[in-house]
Amino acid sequence: MTEKLRRTLYNIYMAAFLFYLLVPLALMGGAAFNDSKLPSVYPWKGLTDRWFIDLWNDETMWYSFRNTILVALAVVLLAVPIGTAAAIVINSISGKVRSVLYGVMVAPVLAPGAVIGISTILFWNKLNVPTGLHLSVLGQVSYIAAFVMLMVLARLQSFDENLEEAALDLGASHGQVMRRILLPHLYPAIGAGAAIAFFQSIENFNITLFTRGTSQTLTVYVFSKVRAGITPSINALALLLILVTFSAAVIYEVRRRRAATIEAAREAEARRADEAGII
Amino acid sequence: MDDLLRRYGPTLTGAFMLLTAFWLLMLVILPNITLFEASFRPYLPVVDVGGPKDFYSFNNYGKFFANSTDTDIFGMNIPLPIHVKIFFGTIYYSTLVTVITFVVAYPLAFYLAKVVSPKSLPTLFLLLFVPLWVSEVLRSFAWWIILALKGPLNAILLGTGILDQPVRWIMGYRAIIIGLVYTYVLFMVFPIYNAIQSLDTNQIEAAQDLGSPWWRTHLRVILPHAKPGIASGSVMVFMLSAGSLLVPALLGSPTSLWFTQTIQQWMLESQDWNTGAAYSFLFLILCTCFVSLVMWVFKVQLTDIAK
Repeated sequence: MTEKLRRTLYNIYMAAFLFYLLVPLALMGGAAFNDSKLPSVYPWKGLTDRWFIDLWNDETMWYSFRNTILVALAVVLLAVPIGTAAAIVINSISGKVRSVLYGVMVAPVLAPGAVIGISTILFWNKLNVPTGLHLSVLGQVSYIAAFVMLMVLARLQSFDENLEEAALDLGASHGQVMRRILLPHLYPAIGAGAAIAFFQSIENFNITLFTRGTSQTLTVYVFSKVRAGITPSINALALLLILVTFSAAVIYEVRRRRAATIEAAREAEARRADEAGII
Repeated sequence: MDDLLRRYGPTLTGAFMLLTAFWLLMLVILPNITLFEASFRPYLPVVDVGGPKDFYSFNNYGKFFANSTDTDIFGMNIPLPIHVKIFFGTIYYSTLVTVITFVVAYPLAFYLAKVVSPKSLPTLFLLLFVPLWVSEVLRSFAWWIILALKGPLNAILLGTGILDQPVRWIMGYRAIIIGLVYTYVLFMVFPIYNAIQSLDTNQIEAAQDLGSPWWRTHLRVILPHAKPGIASGSVMVFMLSAGSLLVPALLGSPTSLWFTQTIQQWMLESQDWNTGAAYSFLFLILCTCFVSLVMWVFKVQLTDIAK
């Protein structure tokens, strides 16, 4: 097989894969405009906007949406401090204790959500805490904190501890060392960790299903809608969510490209200046 | 530890310790111990809890082996308890999903790491990430639409003459497999990509210059290097598939129960939390065994997997 043929085959494979990933989403979004009682693009029965109006008037949906956001915010507020603290703690120890502790910390990431949810309700039930969204928050934090921990721990590897030494020698208080030196270095990781925690929480289904009691979150609501009867207003919701995701992605990409262009221009400028200097 | 105290003082160090302890004790270790303990106790009305009927036994685990039905395994009729059958069905089909995702993901990961020009990489990654951020329930729903009996897939296949009868896709386990592969394939792509990316391209070129055909280069140079990535991807995909509740619930049929669904039945329909705990515990053991097996086969550490 020649190099060129192989490259073409790879490109075709990549395109086919993207097609496979994106077309189901497009079909699902497209069904939101189909004037049919069943959510499908086929057979096409004409264009309509009534599923969007249905969605807008769906009070349970708005209520579940509100719950989802509240849960996600609570998860961020708990998981970020916990994950950051755990990363700092584990970074300061070594040897056998470290690997055991690390194992306990990352195990919840691999544990099935159903098991986390069930163990959470059993444990808090013993302490007479009833089921509800507060338990969903605690259950979700148990594994989401691990993501934050891993990201902060990675960032800590590039931290120069001498900076803290210098600050302490110059008379900085412990609080100042933390606030002015350590945290600013960790902010990118903490920010990314918070974003991941937020989206993981919105996505979560398994833990929430077992711990929620009778409250609704958006994922659970969509699930029950899809399972029972189904109306295309779910497709309208799906389309809106996909569009939000996609626009966020495009904005991110445009900004990245602009930054890259500016960077390239700067480098070219510097090179010209260098060359001018040599001559 | 002394190091923390010296840098951040007793108050902050105490806060770090407290937060970490709260997480590990109250959210991870104690709930799991409770789960283990509850799984040996009978399911009783509140008044009887702590009474004479409340003693430890293996009764909850016994339910796992109840209700035998004749099952056809490789042409032999063996009486098999229904939940045991579902348990092994879940393992079997999750393994199948893991293998399929690996086959699909490996060329893609190699392409992303070594073939495509680095310039278009961020855009490609963005396109790959978009479906990942769309929630799992919607991704399964998308396939529910596509695979419906009167859905677009059958319409296309009938229209192009590939089929002359519509296929009932959502039957048995096949729609679940299709849905799980679609939902989790990216969890296989990214770890393998990371692993291959760290391989020096000179090594691949050296193999080629020395006359190695492309398949042997993959077998001897690239695959061994990608091992930690493959292990981590396999563990992720297997665990997510076996632990999935959404995909089997949406794309399954009455004949295709997933083990998480039996757990859900005990917990939410029968409200028998103790039997639910016993089943969860069995499931946890399965997961631990699988992760240990993969780590042993691929000779990798937990630190390599959870990155």
